[in-house]
Amino acid sequence: MDVEVAKELGSALAIGLGAIGPGVGIGLIGAKAMEAMGRNPEVTNTVQTNMLLGFAFCESVAIYALVISLLVKFV
Amino acid sequence: MNLLRAFLSNARLRNATIGIVVLLVLSVVPFFNAPPPHVELAAEALLEHGPKWFTNGLLTTLLVDLIIILMAVFAVSRMKEVPGAWQNIVEMLVEGMWNLTQSIAGHGSANSRKFFPWVITIFIFVLVSNYIGLLPGFGSIGIYHSGAESQAQAELGNRLAMAGAESVAVAAPAEEGKPVLVPLFRSPSADLNMTLALALISVFMTQFFGVQALGMRYFTKFFKNPFKDGMGAVVGFFELIAEISKIISFSFRLFGNIFAGEVVLLVMAFLVTFLLPSIFYGLELFIGFIQALVFMLLTLAFFTMATVSHDDHH
Repeated sequence: MDVEVAKELGSALAIGLGAIGPGVGIGLIGAKAMEAMGRNPEVTNTVQTNMLLGFAFCESVAIYALVISLLVKFV
Repeated sequence: MNLLRAFLSNARLRNATIGIVVLLVLSVVPFFNAPPPHVELAAEALLEHGPKWFTNGLLTTLLVDLIIILMAVFAVSRMKEVPGAWQNIVEMLVEGMWNLTQSIAGHGSANSRKFFPWVITIFIFVLVSNYIGLLPGFGSIGIYHSGAESQAQAELGNRLAMAGAESVAVAAPAEEGKPVLVPLFRSPSADLNMTLALALISVFMTQFFGVQALGMRYFTKFFKNPFKDGMGAVVGFFELIAEISKIISFSFRLFGNIFAGEVVLLVMAFLVTFLLPSIFYGLELFIGFIQALVFMLLTLAFFTMATVSHDDHH
């Protein structure tokens, strides 16, 4: 396989596979937060804030994948 | 049939539909042979023979600073008991953020008063720099460079070739000597230097507030005596790695989101010229706000976590 092709493939695979886990995780957080807000609408504000924080932590895994993807493609 | 007649009799609805169809048809008819745009990963130097550090990202950062200063000056120059429109908006923003800060750092605590200036500065700065990149003219107004420098950059691998309208093939780098457009403005959030600086400030201040609250005891979170507490030493080592990786996740979260958003807008504008990009503009407005909020919330959460001692339970 050509090095250039391997680089393109590698960077695409890195972010593509790396986005699966965080995607599932963010989905779970969102689903549970919706459930909590549906059960107890008074805590919507607190749950929303914590949900966003959970999203951000979950997202960092995808960000590491993005960093690796950019490194593979450009360095 | 009735529906169709009602539809045809409603002039506004009919004209709007015809307009949308015409715009969509115009989008796919190739009138101009526009060259595929080049997306630059790094901020470019504005002046061809000028200093390397004077990039379009830096220029826009200064512009953002100026806008924020003017916003503040207009809000407080003529303060009134009954606020005018602009004063009202700024008061609403500051009050909302103050309530949010208190809900995380503790109501009426000294910590919230100490953290509030840091996090609201981050919020407003990131919000304005996210939104300024969506203005028309960003990325399209620029200075033509002779291209030799850009060629060198392409060899360095800084160039991200963009897929054109029809083909998904990677566009060839600019030919030697062909003039290259260097945009005059670039969203500061799409410049890794700015996001990295913010991340470093955030992580450094986390350590600062931790030491201020707990003294040297703060560092026992990372370094424990391995002979007394073997498991704790291993956990502390991982805490240390997590602390360092915060810099990476902070900076690349903002950079990745905003930069990717700009690329998505460009690609959509090249796929369907009219209508479709406006949907993604709405998405980008939402993402810009959420990213500013996330940067602020995470910084606040880390500040708050750093000031809490972990040895109290023993």
